[in-house]
Amino acid sequence: MYQILEKEELAPKIKKFEVEAPQIAAKAEPGHFLIVRVDEFAERIPLTIADYDREQGSITIIIQEVGFSSRQICDLEAGDSFLDVVGPLGKPIETADYERVLCVAGGLGAAPLYPKVKSLANEGVELITILGAQNEEILILEEELEELSNELYITTDDGSKGRKGFVTDQLGEILAEDDQFDLVIAIGPMIMMKFVSELTKEYDIDIMVSLNSLMVDGTGMCGGCRVTVGGETKFSCVDGPAFDGHLVDFDEQLQRSKIYQEKEEKVKEHEFFGGDCRAKREN
Amino acid sequence: MAVQKEKTKMPLQDPKQRANNFNEVALGYSKEDAINEAKRCLQCSNPACKDGCPVRVDIPKFIDLIAKGDFAAAAKKVKEKNSLPAICGRVCPQEEQCEAECIVGNKNQPVAIGRLERFVADYIREQEEVKEAIQDKGQVAVVGAGPAGLTAAADLAKLGYQVTLFEAFHKAGGVLTYGIPEFRLPKDIVQDEVEKIEQLGVEINYNQVIGKIKSLDALFAEGYQAVFVSTGAGLPRFLGIEGENLNGVYSANEFLTRVNLMKAYQFPKYKTPVYTGKKVAVVGAGNVAMDAARTALRLGAEESVIVYRRSREEMPARAEEIEHAQEEGVKFNLLNNPTKILGNDDGFVTGMECIKMELGEFDQSGRRRPIPIEGSEWSLDVDQVIMAIGQSPNPILINDTPEIETTDRGTIKVDEKTGMTTKEGVFAGGDIVTGAATVIQAMGAGKKVAQTIDQYITEQNN
Repeated sequence: MYQILEKEELAPKIKKFEVEAPQIAAKAEPGHFLIVRVDEFAERIPLTIADYDREQGSITIIIQEVGFSSRQICDLEAGDSFLDVVGPLGKPIETADYERVLCVAGGLGAAPLYPKVKSLANEGVELITILGAQNEEILILEEELEELSNELYITTDDGSKGRKGFVTDQLGEILAEDDQFDLVIAIGPMIMMKFVSELTKEYDIDIMVSLNSLMVDGTGMCGGCRVTVGGETKFSCVDGPAFDGHLVDFDEQLQRSKIYQEKEEKVKEHEFFGGDCRAKREN
Repeated sequence: MAVQKEKTKMPLQDPKQRANNFNEVALGYSKEDAINEAKRCLQCSNPACKDGCPVRVDIPKFIDLIAKGDFAAAAKKVKEKNSLPAICGRVCPQEEQCEAECIVGNKNQPVAIGRLERFVADYIREQEEVKEAIQDKGQVAVVGAGPAGLTAAADLAKLGYQVTLFEAFHKAGGVLTYGIPEFRLPKDIVQDEVEKIEQLGVEINYNQVIGKIKSLDALFAEGYQAVFVSTGAGLPRFLGIEGENLNGVYSANEFLTRVNLMKAYQFPKYKTPVYTGKKVAVVGAGNVAMDAARTALRLGAEESVIVYRRSREEMPARAEEIEHAQEEGVKFNLLNNPTKILGNDDGFVTGMECIKMELGEFDQSGRRRPIPIEGSEWSLDVDQVIMAIGQSPNPILINDTPEIETTDRGTIKVDEKTGMTTKEGVFAGGDIVTGAATVIQAMGAGKKVAQTIDQYITEQNN
């Protein structure tokens, strides 16, 4: 069992958990992820390690309510436990000799981006960060990113904070003035990573994206998370989740992310009308 | 007295009924059936059946005890050599092993050794008490809780070692748990066998991917004197054809893991979904392909078709499983190979283009080589495709341990006599050494290496 030490609400529907997992904390690096399972009936869900504290023996995860399973996790409180936590999984990001890096976070993407920004900042890299969300209310990790970045730009779709518009608008403006970056790192919704990749291509800047593919085991034994990169099939869980954004087939990934949409509806029906698990949970 | 020429029949669930549920197909012998079958054994003084068994169960002896009605003693006899009899009795290809060597089989059907083994294992399931052995000979780590790892762990515990099993999943059993479906091997039976091994004093650490959470060197640093690597062959192969990443194309591993381990067949009670088509094609003809095709029917597919590039004779699946699949309505499209998977604008499978094959010369595997017939492409109307064309060893642990040498097939190189890898104190066995093979072969390897690990540690200590 993996006990929740602390829970914090970062925004409506976005929760941060510190979870006791000393062995995982000891080996975690930026870019690693976990597979978690709440209880006997639950799915195995991939979540990025948003931070880790080796001394305290804990890992941090940040999760947004989007469907049944993420809501179930968000309902957990400090003192509750996850039944299973597997990790660290995936490849950590390579820390090459970068001097200037531009980071782009969309929505919850700020969570997986944060440990990368932190490690780059620790290495003295000059960092410019763009943080975007639909509105001010759901912007997360703003202070943390501001502290680590040389410059931080905020965008919201509705203009409630920072620049009105998408992260790509801000990115386009920055690159038009100054495109001397060694790397762009973009993490967020698939569609945002696609457009950021296209934009960096125009300026011939390297781009790293981190994919949020569907996963089951997270150890390379099923291929559910497969992705076409440069014409070759790769498994996100072992070969990634970070890839060269110029080589990823984003349209295929967008389609693959929709395979279980109908099933998600069924879970909702089951839970609200006569399912027995919800009842058990509330007893 | 007239000799009973055929095996005592095993009651089966009716094919029409069973194609709609996940309950076990073969129902097992009654006491009377078992005694009746046991009496067919000739009690050879030089029993060949024993030689056919990879873990060398004393077959005539345990069958004699069944014939005398002493089922508990018979079970004990089996357990001396086999730590997982309820599983082996169900999934071993006995027709190629013990039963292939049975003398009765020369003129009539061989003695149903597998069914008898299953009977005694099921008989004592409820009442057996396992005692923890004294563990004062040292510490051994076993990586992977599949058939090879479980067997080695049980034997090492019996030999007096303190054994820790490291398992990547949240449940033990390996392919017994995520691969072989409930209707062939009920999961409570697997859990029961695993619990018996825990009662011997074996500790199982779940959710631990060795090579990620810790290295083999870290295990030695923690005090383990030897490590047995039994991580299997769990990396799925794909054909590399166009359309393979469309929605509705699964590896058999993913499909079966969702259904068996995550219990997607009980969705939405269990929250893991599985995509189920109306017309399903399964590519391949091994046991995994049969399991996938039969599972698809049980999930509600109207049609489930095996697509295989060779002919019926070359199909690697067990004869019994092919028969069961056929009885349940699985169709066979032989001498055909997929060339392309077709999809719609939303990225879902709508069909599969195949090319007809003919058999040419014999190849190195001793089977006739399939050759495509030029211009014979046609398309099969399906909305789900499951690839069951084999698995390779998973490289996570190997990549983390460069001292361990591998073959060009990705399997671990071991010393044939001892099972030791090129890294001192690290042994390996099962599918990670042989490539995908059978449960009992993996168990045989686990058993053999447990002995050599005992010798190795004894020598080290002296």
